[in-house]
Amino acid sequence: MIDKIVHSMAEAMAGIRDGSVVLLGGFGSIGQPNALIEGLIEQGAKDLTIVSNNAGTGRTGLARLLELGRVRKIICSYPRSAGSVVFEEIYRAGKIELEIVPQGTMSERMRAAGAGIPAFYTATAVGTKLAAGKEEREIGGKRYLLEEALAGDVALIEAWEADRWGNLIYRSSARNFNPVMATAAKLTIAQAQHIVELGALDPEKIVTPGIYVSRVLHVPYGEPTVT
Amino acid sequence: MSLFAACKPLTRTEMAARVARDIPEGWYVNLGIGAPLQVADHVPAEREVIFHSENGVLGMGPAPAPENINPWLINAGKQYITLRTGGSYMHHTDSFALIRGGHLDLCVLGAFQVAENGDIANWSISDNDTAPAVGGAMDLAAGARQLWVVMEHQTKSGESRLVRRCTYPLTAIGAVKRVYTNLAVLDVTNAGFAVRDMAPGLTLDALQKVTDAPLHTAEG
Repeated sequence: MIDKIVHSMAEAMAGIRDGSVVLLGGFGSIGQPNALIEGLIEQGAKDLTIVSNNAGTGRTGLARLLELGRVRKIICSYPRSAGSVVFEEIYRAGKIELEIVPQGTMSERMRAAGAGIPAFYTATAVGTKLAAGKEEREIGGKRYLLEEALAGDVALIEAWEADRWGNLIYRSSARNFNPVMATAAKLTIAQAQHIVELGALDPEKIVTPGIYVSRVLHVPYGEPTVT
Repeated sequence: MSLFAACKPLTRTEMAARVARDIPEGWYVNLGIGAPLQVADHVPAEREVIFHSENGVLGMGPAPAPENINPWLINAGKQYITLRTGGSYMHHTDSFALIRGGHLDLCVLGAFQVAENGDIANWSISDNDTAPAVGGAMDLAAGARQLWVVMEHQTKSGESRLVRRCTYPLTAIGAVKRVYTNLAVLDVTNAGFAVRDMAPGLTLDALQKVTDAPLHTAEG
């Protein structure tokens, strides 16, 4: 019997190694797997590369992971926001490497990784300083940049409902990066508000089929708050 | 300022209303965070325009009353929103595929500078930014079928934001089709900025005096 449900945080975090590339779901605090981030802090892996749209706020969650010096590099579209104090401190102090990626390019690079496409051309960022060092090619009279796939060793994601096969559905705009990150990592760990019986999720509405999901942890935390 | 003695620059609200006037029914539109978001408030309810938020919402509606907040439903500016009847959710990659694939009729962004060749600078004012942040601006500017900019005509210190060439880091090249400022509406043409209309009481000469890039009239 396939059962991807795990019953403790230690089990959820087992095997995450130093030096891993970790994809973190969420757009700001919505759809962000807060419990799993706390679990990663506890688990102790270091020298991490984090891929996340934002760089954390306040002093908890991702910001705490940064403050503890566990992150070598962050790949992100929008690190600056109200409350991104820790990131700004350590970035200014030269303690973290930052790769700024346009938001759509970032998600498409993960889609490519999950779909076995090593690279793709896009018009985004042509002629800007984010094009530096990238191959440029003219196709049909238009300029494009070559962008390489972005794969993770681990993805930490949040879902609304999950079953024991790892099928997932999401809630409103909390879907955001979670489904694509699920496809792009070798080890995908989901925290879910609700665990349901196999067969309870409408197959027409499953967003992430369980093939992409390695482990599911039940975390019924209630409602998110915008930070 | 004597040049403007008779002129009434548009307020932010009037600028948003001016942009809204030009958006026809049936268009799919992405509004950038900040001032452009206000445009939605000025599209009359009977004109169906569908707003997209790049974090995966198509059919974005206005802010909810406090008692009706859905805590999982925010826009790209991380504000609570509603979903209109007929709206849908998608994940981030589909949301940006919709942008990159040229399915949006229009994107409206704010900007620091727009150049007469349509270049836009709106994400960074320095090469030594303490925390550079681009978000989805480059994807939207390059991907939407057309890009309009809504911004003040001049900086706070009186420099023109309509320039011959952008001096701030670029967001996209040759992307802007039209600019709405507090003083004028201008099309970006092969010949540079063409003035479509001006704030009440303003003359072309007076507008040129506060604009770095050369101006033409829309009729040529």
